Amino acid sequence: MADKYYDVVIVGGGPAGLAAAVAACEKGAEKVLVIERDKVVGGILNQCIHNGFGLHYFKEELTGPEYAGRFAKMVAETRAEVVTGTMVLDVTAAGMKRYVSCISSENGYCVYEAGAVVLCMGCRERTRGAISIPGDRPAGVLTAGTAQRYVNMEGYMVGKRVVILGSGDIGLIMARRMTLEGAKVLACIELSPWCNGLNRNVVQCLNDYGIPLYLSHTITGIYGSDRVEKVVVSKMDGGKPVPGMEFEIECDTVLLSVGLIPENELTRNAGIQINPRTNGAVVFENMMTMTDGVFACGNVLHVHDLVDFVTAESMKAGAAAAEYAKGKRVGGNIVDVVSGDGVNYTVPSKIRPENVEKGVDIFFRTNHPRKKSVITVKSGDNQIAAFKRDYMAPGEMEKITIPKVLLAKCSGSMTVSVDDAVEEVF
Amino acid sequence: MYDVLIVGCGVIGAATAYKLAKYNLKVAIAEKFNDVACGTTKANSAIMHAGYDPEPGTKKAILNRRGIAEAREVVKKLDVEYQPIQSLVIAYNDRDMEEVRKLYCRGLANGVHVKIMSQDEAHAVEPALSPNVIGALWSDESAIINPWEFATAMTEVAVINGADLRLNAEVYSIEQHEDHLTAVTANGKVDARYVVNAAGCYAPFIAKMVGDDRIEATNRAGQYYVLDKVEGRKVHSVIFGCPDENGFKGVLVSPTVHGNLIVGPDAEIAAHPEDLATKPDNLGKIRAAGLKYVPSINYRNMIREYAGVRPTTNLSDFIIEICPTCSRMINLAGMASPGLSSALAVGEEGVKLLGEAGLELVENPDFRDERPPVIRFKELSPEEQKALIAKNPAYGQIVCRCETVTEGEIVAALHRPIVPVSVDGVKRRCRAGMGRCQGGFCSPRVHEIISRELGIPEEKVPKDKQGSYIITGRTK
Ligand SMILES: Cc1cc2nc3c(=O)[nH]c(=O)nc-3n(C[C@H](O)[C@H](O)[C@H](O)COP(=O)(O)OP(=O)(O)OC[C@H]3O[C@@H](n4cnc5c(N)ncnc54)[C@H](O)[C@@H]3O)c2cc1C
Repeated sequence: MADKYYDVVIVGGGPAGLAAAVAACEKGAEKVLVIERDKVVGGILNQCIHNGFGLHYFKEELTGPEYAGRFAKMVAETRAEVVTGTMVLDVTAAGMKRYVSCISSENGYCVYEAGAVVLCMGCRERTRGAISIPGDRPAGVLTAGTAQRYVNMEGYMVGKRVVILGSGDIGLIMARRMTLEGAKVLACIELSPWCNGLNRNVVQCLNDYGIPLYLSHTITGIYGSDRVEKVVVSKMDGGKPVPGMEFEIECDTVLLSVGLIPENELTRNAGIQINPRTNGAVVFENMMTMTDGVFACGNVLHVHDLVDFVTAESMKAGAAAAEYAKGKRVGGNIVDVVSGDGVNYTVPSKIRPENVEKGVDIFFRTNHPRKKSVITVKSGDNQIAAFKRDYMAPGEMEKITIPKVLLAKCSGSMTVSVDDAVEEVF
Repeated sequence: MYDVLIVGCGVIGAATAYKLAKYNLKVAIAEKFNDVACGTTKANSAIMHAGYDPEPGTKKAILNRRGIAEAREVVKKLDVEYQPIQSLVIAYNDRDMEEVRKLYCRGLANGVHVKIMSQDEAHAVEPALSPNVIGALWSDESAIINPWEFATAMTEVAVINGADLRLNAEVYSIEQHEDHLTAVTANGKVDARYVVNAAGCYAPFIAKMVGDDRIEATNRAGQYYVLDKVEGRKVHSVIFGCPDENGFKGVLVSPTVHGNLIVGPDAEIAAHPEDLATKPDNLGKIRAAGLKYVPSINYRNMIREYAGVRPTTNLSDFIIEICPTCSRMINLAGMASPGLSSALAVGEEGVKLLGEAGLELVENPDFRDERPPVIRFKELSPEEQKALIAKNPAYGQIVCRCETVTEGEIVAALHRPIVPVSVDGVKRRCRAGMGRCQGGFCSPRVHEIISRELGIPEEKVPKDKQGSYIITGRTK
């Protein structure tokens, strides 16, 4: 049924897919294919023309396109094939075989058989409809990413008087970008009592331009018959607007930066188990999903704030996919990683100690900002490890490494918690 | 001089134009907006009602039945998205069961295939129902439809057969002359021997233009949620609550022809026919009502809200008549629910009244009852997709990821008999931007394609209506 066989087929050519391809080739996969729907590889990085990429991985500060460019070049130097303008319609992993079907203008409808599949589809932005902002539905309400695309890639401005809802990183970066392009950014409005973006972005994108940040506020109405004319902003308490505390801002544009959702439609349709906490697949320590031979990494797995972490995670996935394609299978017992108090989710959520060399990295996010705090790892009543932090926030992903020797002490499951006994910010 | 000018191109104007296309007539259509089907026809429940609701003997009852019977044929002929689906009116208590029995009798009187179902029977045909449902009225004569496509398809046939569709042509006033009427529109004056008033919520105003003051608009708005296809898969019927004391049918839960789920509407006096704002209190009640019917609805999967305004009037039935103050005008007003279901029959009645008013109806031997085929890439088999891409590579480029809409389909939509000029117009034609990301990824691409295909600068491409500009200028 397949047109061709590949050892590793990678769905998506953003930073995750590119890193997975490099690693798969390094691990000796002979035939590797990267499938990208856009005209060029690089994914969302192509529209992130600001600095701040690669500090960890390349030890220098690059723009998004520069970072993507370096990886595209690295992939070009491997034997991996890259097809662009090609959309994957379906991934099937029934029985022992895996197929990826896709379409493109050049090759039409094709089905590839894959020794292993790596899912790297990235994420999409949460929209107005998903958060249900009442009012009219005029033009001028865009997600920050769509606005970013218009401004940075198409060269068009999307408004003159702008209000930003949500303090996610793209929103903060667009506040600065719109200001530099001559728009007046009137406010950034955030529902939670803390900012959701990286601290460095609050400083560099809002504070430096005197853009007010309203915490514990939200937009409770968007009005305008054809184009946005005003928004109503309400102070929030316990999830409800505080009566009498609302005010209006006259504006022509609302940019939404209210969260990212991993794009897992292909994953769901393939019947792969999803973690409701991340909206990404449930994965083992090597990024393999609960469906044999299918791996996931990058923003399709869980939303990252730094591309360097995406790269590291995807290298792991790509290497493991290559090994899987060559026949490597992992057995032994499984340790479930449980999200305890103060922990929103963990990746991975299952660990097979047999497959851990020296230690295993666990990524997670805490549920609210904290100053001095302690991360504890327990199995049953036994504390296995503890890690100190001076500062933690939901906007900044945490990483702990559990040495292999300690894993041996876990029976069945381990729980990662952030100790609440320590003083909190709010 | 036109023989007939139709004011308004919602589903009623479209159906009238479609019916008139069969005759040797010069027909013009004046539509206020920049596209067809932008009024009430854009935002409603999209249900072809079985016909057990209206009081037997009323125009609503008779035309609903005739309308849906004819629609079954027309949607096939014109390839309109349409899907027969069972409907249920659910009961929670004895009062409700009383209502169910009342509707059952009405259904029988109107000639509808209806049944009263026990609790077990109801849950067997619709497992998603709340366990608190104790019984239901059931019918298999209902259907769901794509209302924009329905109206657009009929208008396309009219245009192919020579009708002159004038967009951005709001009618401001109508002058009465001895042997014709002159409509002063935003897009020039139009002389016509007869005028059909199919202006939806504005029909009472059009009637006033010729001195007919009897019809008063009492427009009622209804708000809705649209949910992801994940939710659409949970429900296999149109589920209504029992009418309340005022006869209001209340919130319904229904899949759409595209596989989404809608929950709504309520009914509230609308300040203005174009006041389509959604309100938190109303939406809260709608959410709760939906959950009461189907407890498994997960509102985390909502993707949009919308509101529509019913063209209700002080008169309870459809108003289908030769205007009492101007014998050259036909009123097709008060087209509240089941207006969509009845549209074809209403159009037919409109033509009949034009005949009675003196218009000679000579059949056109060259009438073409067809429109250019619509390609829906997603629905094709892999072999068909392959062949299509080989013929036209634009079908190999997916523009809307969520709904799998190709560039080929968007380009085709822009070269049909009625050309959409806005991003939302394209969305209504081929679903690009209608999915879970709501155009986040594809709207800049669609925007660019419209500009390229129609040869208009990107700055001039609106989101929807004229004035809903997307771009404010070039970057520095
Ligand atoms: C909430 C809700 C739910 C509904 N659910 C259903 C349902 O499930 N099933 C069903 O059968 N029916 C339903 N209906 C009713 C159905 O939608 C309407 O009956 C139908 O769409 C009316 O079509 P229309 O052409 O009369 O009006 P419209 O679609 O409003 O068309 C009128 C047109 O006239 C134009 N116009 C107005 N004034 C002028 C002017 N001066 N000059 C030029 N053009 C003008 C407008 O722009 C508009 O395009 C529902 C309605 C609502 C609001």
